[in-house]
Amino acid sequence: MRPSPAPPGAYFLVLRRLRVPLIVLITAYAVSITGFVVIPGTRADGTAWHMDFFHAFYFVSYMGSTIGFGELPYPFNGAQRLWTLFSMYATVISWLYAIGTMISLVQDRGFVQSIVRNRATHRIGRLREPFYLVCGYGEAGKVVTRFLSEIGERVVVVEKNTEAINELTLGELPIEALAMQGDAADPGVLKRAGLTHPLCKGVIAVIGDDQENLKIAITAKLLNRGLKVVGRVNEEDTADNMRSFGTDHVVNPFNTFAWHFALAFNSPGLHLLNDWLSQTDYQALNEPVFPPRGRWILCGYGRLGKALHRKLLEQDNEVVVIEVNPKQAGAPADAITGRGTEAVTLREAGIEDAVGIVAATDHDANNLSVIMTAKELNASLFTVARQNQHRNAPLFEAATLHSVFNQNFLIANQIINLLTTPLTNEFLRQANKQDPEWANEMVSRISATVEDNAPLSWVLDLNAVSAPAFVLAIHSGYEIRLGQLCRKPTDRKAKLASVALMIARGDELLLAPEDETVVKFGDRILFCGHRSARNRMLSAVTSSDVMIYLLTGRHRIISPVWRRLTGTR
Amino acid sequence: MNMEKVLFAFFILLALTLNFGFVLGDIDDPTHHHAAELFAALVVSLIATVMKFGDRTPVGSVLLASSLVADLQLIAAAVVWAVVTVGMGDALTPAVTTSIVSMSSGALLANIVSVVLLILETFVARR
Repeated sequence: MRPSPAPPGAYFLVLRRLRVPLIVLITAYAVSITGFVVIPGTRADGTAWHMDFFHAFYFVSYMGSTIGFGELPYPFNGAQRLWTLFSMYATVISWLYAIGTMISLVQDRGFVQSIVRNRATHRIGRLREPFYLVCGYGEAGKVVTRFLSEIGERVVVVEKNTEAINELTLGELPIEALAMQGDAADPGVLKRAGLTHPLCKGVIAVIGDDQENLKIAITAKLLNRGLKVVGRVNEEDTADNMRSFGTDHVVNPFNTFAWHFALAFNSPGLHLLNDWLSQTDYQALNEPVFPPRGRWILCGYGRLGKALHRKLLEQDNEVVVIEVNPKQAGAPADAITGRGTEAVTLREAGIEDAVGIVAATDHDANNLSVIMTAKELNASLFTVARQNQHRNAPLFEAATLHSVFNQNFLIANQIINLLTTPLTNEFLRQANKQDPEWANEMVSRISATVEDNAPLSWVLDLNAVSAPAFVLAIHSGYEIRLGQLCRKPTDRKAKLASVALMIARGDELLLAPEDETVVKFGDRILFCGHRSARNRMLSAVTSSDVMIYLLTGRHRIISPVWRRLTGTR
Repeated sequence: MNMEKVLFAFFILLALTLNFGFVLGDIDDPTHHHAAELFAALVVSLIATVMKFGDRTPVGSVLLASSLVADLQLIAAAVVWAVVTVGMGDALTPAVTTSIVSMSSGALLANIVSVVLLILETFVARR
């Protein structure tokens, strides 16, 4: 049997649609030419002449295209003019038909889409730089794409929705993201989007639907085993399913937030540390939050509500749940039925002697309304609200809440950290095992260094490629201490605004290393601090002049003329 | 029976027969080769080519290619004919006739390939 043909691409579609018009055109020309060859003409002197094929083709060509040079080589007789009349209409109508078909083809939605898709496939296939594949350009996908683009990564986006694709192509990203329109749950679409491309660094599945993300994760793991796959999930059983076949990271925003929030009860310092280091945006420094223990009111028992409910109970709080539909949501038996936007319901829940309120529904206006009403009834409440849509950010800012759950930012932050700074995650994992005093000490050291800005974290890779000057100094026999790297290249007595968080040496992790620690070739050091400190530190390990100055205090003379004049080398 | 297949086979065969008719005769004798036959062969060959446009099957691609080869050869023959008779105003000499006929013989070969492929494809599809 013949193999079933693949869906036609744009090129084949054009050819196929043009078959009939072209055949009509060829036939019209052939008939017209034959007519002129057959019909005898009359010269001025009355003798008969026959047009040859060449002249017939010549005449029909300029007649058919309505250029019209007149009757050549001799004026036509009646029979010839009659035939010309017929040929004129035949050829012109054939042309119009052919051109009309072309135009309708260009206006055809399916055709245009297939052209766009082909072009995208072509561009992705020709990518010569590593890239990430982001599936889903919803709220979370947008934030992930922007963050990745801002840190200089190329992104290919797969999205079904035309409007979202248009927004992507119009959006001004620092590094243009390539768009592939199609259903990311379709392996063919993923393949065209570069899933099996050798330079594909990872797949990020951030569609709102768990099943689709699951399908993407399976497809990615089956078709390209070595690929890093990050999947976003809303339900824990999907998360387990994803982990079961080796998905590298599973992001559950609700659990993450609940865990993070619970951390603030035990160790505000650790909470802050997590906050700082998992932030991708360079914002103002967050204040530590101190959520009180006591009676908490939880409005909305959805996915976030459930996760927070569990964590709040773990932290020895009393939790009163308010839910519109308690039975359906599976809320605890003593849950109060209502929206929580009215004072009556809140009073019923005992708002007067509550310590905190969480508005966790998936409706932004309701959440804000809950918070506003609750604050009027009890001004000392600790307020937590869920923000669902990015565009409502100014409202949540104006409401001055203690903590905002922004699902999309949370997902994006977590994904970026997982992909780009695995060392940060390792550090946080280690830090979360430490006691609160340790965390407070870290926090005070960091806030003393960075003053008002949120700290930036970076990794110093002490290998031959990214730190040649360092490697050279090591080979020349210098013993380099951590403190020597954290000095200003212009004045080595001044310390850089940075804090060393961890040294990764092989499998060994040195948490919060001292300045006296000797650093070795191959170490990876996680720092956090001011942005300027990062750049200065990078200049120290890449430029031998700076390195020598930091180690010895001597300036090497850079100008060759001056070097010769002074006789130094 | 598939009307598209019938039409295509018809045009492929017609292109072959017309081409054969034109080539038949002494290779250098202008009186044995009529312009109308070359014209008909060219037109039919062009139609056969267009009919294979957009066919993504492997056989379809080879058929399109062989048909394009036939078109090219026939067009070249027609251009030589036009250049010599109209462009330079000469009558057809045996030498020119030979080159015209040999070019259309090439087209004939391409047309034979097309027909053979067509027959093979029919047999394969039958099984």
